[in-house]
Amino acid sequence: MVQTDLTLDAKGLACPMPIVKTKKMMKTMDSGKVLEILATDKGSTADLQAWAKSSGHQYIGTETEGDVLRHFLRKDGAGAPEETITIPEISLADFSQKVEGNEQMTILDVREIDEFEESHIPGAIHIPLGEVEARMDELTKEDSIYIICHSGRRSGIAGDMMAKKGFGSLYNVVPGMNNWTGKTE
Amino acid sequence: MTVKAMKASEIAKKVINNEPLFILDVRNGDAFADWKIEGGNIQYLNTPYFDLLDGVEELVSELPTDRDILVVCAKEGSSVMVAEMLSEEGVDAAYLEGGMKAWSEHLEPVKVGELQGGGELYQFVRLGKGCLSYMAISDGEAAVIDATRMAHIFLDFAQEKGAAITHVFDTHLHADHISGGRAIAEATGASYYLPPKDAEEVAFEYEALENGLQVTIGKSKIEIEAFYSPGHTIGSTSFIVDHKYLMTGDILFIDSIGRPDLAGLADDWVGDLRESLYTRYKDLANELVVLPAHFMIIEELNEDGSVSKKLGDLFDENHGLNIADEQEFRDMVTKNLPPQPNAYQDIRKMNMGQIAPDEEVQREMEIGPNRCAVR
Repeated sequence: MVQTDLTLDAKGLACPMPIVKTKKMMKTMDSGKVLEILATDKGSTADLQAWAKSSGHQYIGTETEGDVLRHFLRKDGAGAPEETITIPEISLADFSQKVEGNEQMTILDVREIDEFEESHIPGAIHIPLGEVEARMDELTKEDSIYIICHSGRRSGIAGDMMAKKGFGSLYNVVPGMNNWTGKTE
Repeated sequence: MTVKAMKASEIAKKVINNEPLFILDVRNGDAFADWKIEGGNIQYLNTPYFDLLDGVEELVSELPTDRDILVVCAKEGSSVMVAEMLSEEGVDAAYLEGGMKAWSEHLEPVKVGELQGGGELYQFVRLGKGCLSYMAISDGEAAVIDATRMAHIFLDFAQEKGAAITHVFDTHLHADHISGGRAIAEATGASYYLPPKDAEEVAFEYEALENGLQVTIGKSKIEIEAFYSPGHTIGSTSFIVDHKYLMTGDILFIDSIGRPDLAGLADDWVGDLRESLYTRYKDLANELVVLPAHFMIIEELNEDGSVSKKLGDLFDENHGLNIADEQEFRDMVTKNLPPQPNAYQDIRKMNMGQIAPDEEVQREMEIGPNRCAVR
């Protein structure tokens, strides 16, 4: 059983209200205190977990009593908040138009060397995902950079890393080279 | 401040017409990664609503000005909030009425063909989940095949067309979505047919769907002929409608083939799957129009939003039909399978009538994409 300092009754409230109220109440609490949140919205568990992570609180757990979910959060319990940034996606179709229109842009391919050598979009810069952190300085922060990989997963991770370092205009091409039908070299 | 609601049906039209749209999805990252509204001309930004509670000013610069913006969440509430916040910042944004829940339940009826004597064949495209259901209508009577959970949509549609539903079929025991077949049969008094080999544990009465069964719909005698084609399940049965259309259930899709593992018997059923695809289907006329029970990716949609292709074309183009080596085929359909559909075991129990959770729970069970295929 978790020792709680304060209880918030959010039963019967639909998303987004359980989190709106949680956030408000957390503001009034001291660091390290535990808030119990009673909710009936089933989506509240996943959302509270994710919110706690992005705002630096510790998600302790959830108990279920019938239809009521009892969530426990410790204020600031997770240490310094880690910022999460998700870069916008662009569909292959839209991206393809830009490539065909010879638009001024940087294409960054983050696949492994053998994948890249097999086939890639002409002019693409190659930095495998594992080296992006160390080598992103080779690129210009102000440029529009379109990041591509095989399916869009690695390019998303690379984009998130670069966004945190101040790259301002990043796009994740989805899905990626797996469905690319345009020119290659 | 009021903001505009956009209905799932409006989004469906945009997807089918490949219109540009920008989706600001405010669900949490895991939910977004698991499934989203798919479309060929859609751009996405995923920022959870709980990261926007302090304001959306920083978001505004990331939004396009040259295409419609739609805010999407699970059930609507958060997307209304975010759309209103955007509106206060001077950004015009609509929200998806009913959220992803409504998107998952939306069915788009598309006419896929004429049947002899003035009959019509409709495909119900469930864009949010990739399910395809069918209604053959002829002369005041209708047959429904692989109906999804939203039974009322089929009932209303038949009524609009002035047709009485007389036969309800499921090609197999579904594991990825809840069947509406039994509910439709109960509401109309129609006979509900299931393949007996899939129905050994069902807790209700049904008619046996056996190889060679023929039924006629309407006076003009639209023939529906059942054709045993096991592999996705041991009972899986196809239909040949009006000598022209081949309903393949979950055995053969446009760009992929069925997976044999959802009842835990992949190794036993892979031989059946190969036999059905490489021998039984091979013997059928190339001119038959294949109508599957699912699509996986939006590229499988034809221009009018329907999902269909001639059998002969599939034998030319579908990778799953062109693996000469039997071991290679076996490996493809039993190894490296995609994750199993959400709650698939409970969905099977539900479809066997063994459990009867309330509607809200049923909805939760169906959340997420369907994953019935291997490529």
